[in-house]
Amino acid sequence: MHLEEFAEGNSFFHRLDPRVKFITIMPYIFVIAIMQGTKGPLLALIISLLIVAFTRISVKKLIGRLIVVNTFIFILWIFLPFSYPGDAVFHIGPLEATHEGFLYVLSITLKANAIVLATIAILGTSEVFSLAHALVHLKVPDKLVHLFFFFYRYISVLHEEYERLENAMAIRAFKAKTNMHTYRTYAYLVGMLIIRSYDRSQRIYKAMLCRGFKGKFRVMSHFELKRGDVVFGLLMTLITSVMGLLFIL
Amino acid sequence: MNREEYLIEIRDLCFSYANGRKVFNSLNFSLKSGDRIGLTGPNGAGKTTLLHLIMGLLKPNSGEIKIFGKVRKEEKDFTEVRQRIGLLFQDSDDQLFCPTIEEDVAFGPLNLGKSLEEARAIVRETCEKLGLKGFEKRITHRLSSGEKRLVALATVVAMNPECLLLDEPSTGLDEMSTERFLKYLKEYSDTYIIISQDHGFLKDVADKIYRLKDSKIEMWGELKKTKKIVI
Repeated sequence: MHLEEFAEGNSFFHRLDPRVKFITIMPYIFVIAIMQGTKGPLLALIISLLIVAFTRISVKKLIGRLIVVNTFIFILWIFLPFSYPGDAVFHIGPLEATHEGFLYVLSITLKANAIVLATIAILGTSEVFSLAHALVHLKVPDKLVHLFFFFYRYISVLHEEYERLENAMAIRAFKAKTNMHTYRTYAYLVGMLIIRSYDRSQRIYKAMLCRGFKGKFRVMSHFELKRGDVVFGLLMTLITSVMGLLFIL
Repeated sequence: MNREEYLIEIRDLCFSYANGRKVFNSLNFSLKSGDRIGLTGPNGAGKTTLLHLIMGLLKPNSGEIKIFGKVRKEEKDFTEVRQRIGLLFQDSDDQLFCPTIEEDVAFGPLNLGKSLEEARAIVRETCEKLGLKGFEKRITHRLSSGEKRLVALATVVAMNPECLLLDEPSTGLDEMSTERFLKYLKEYSDTYIIISQDHGFLKDVADKIYRLKDSKIEMWGELKKTKKIVI
């Protein structure tokens, strides 16, 4: 399981100070999220695509991620046009698809893709642990940072555990079907994972106690703001402000 | 023998798990400075449990645990124990939780109140002793299992413990990692309890081998103290 596939690389964005990344992307996402209409979101999508182009990350992998996001959005395309009031475009039986409905779901699609692309391009190009460090430096509460970091540290361990259990099922000729036996087996699998995760968390906590843990992590490496970071920070803030002024106010 | 010389002294220890499984019924055990003890025994005999009781991670039902000459009962009594005795867990993934090796190895020393500079020096020194030079900035969870075990040992010995408790350290290690592990023990550590099912390995590292069975610790074999040191 590889969670950091976009973090490998050596573009300007890979070297960018993660603190600056957080400070600039949060307002950017916020502005996109509260935009109305389709013009603003379209511009945001173009800007996000430009940022992606600069990171030189694999387009194939990127499309893989976008398919996941857009699968959910596809469902909106089925339902929203029929449930939004406005001028009818066409009818299916008693159902009416409206012009406004289509524009609304288009706006959502553009916004979601703009946000996902920007997040992958800006945050995805840093390793998770440097993002966690950045959060510490930005004075995010310790508990939240620990939660974020431990989730990342142990998700792959949990995934390996899941694969072992799945293999154990496979070598005894288990095949998933639509029946009680399959549901029960998967329930056992999930239950087993929960128990094992709980046990592991207890062991990790004990190991931390043995090394004198008192609730605080000390950060060893510190970031240094470079000129590129400042330039990017200012540029991104300018873009966000202009977008906000044009499409929200 | 003067009783004060014992690092660890356990008397009439009884312990059962919350689910009712009885592990120890009146167990006695002691360890002096300089003892290199191998501990073996069937699965479920309580080898790991014993180490966790010594570290105060589990609390006994009755009996006395005396460590460094003081009776240890409450959680706060064990703070000092954890600073002076190092426990290596069976699964290295339980022990390594920091992003980089440098941070993981420094975690203990920083908790002991060392400064960042001192901690960095300890990291460098410890990695060097274990043949992990240049590993400092690597990401812990991407190491091989052999490397993980060595780094886990580094995180424990970085706290400069007077005694090591090693829980099945040889399981899953390849020849090279085992060799490095042994080399470290022989050069830098003189007091430890080491759990293993591998008798060949135990003969290499321990002076005495004890067997834990049916809540009793019995002598399994005493090896010659003048054994050849092969590195």
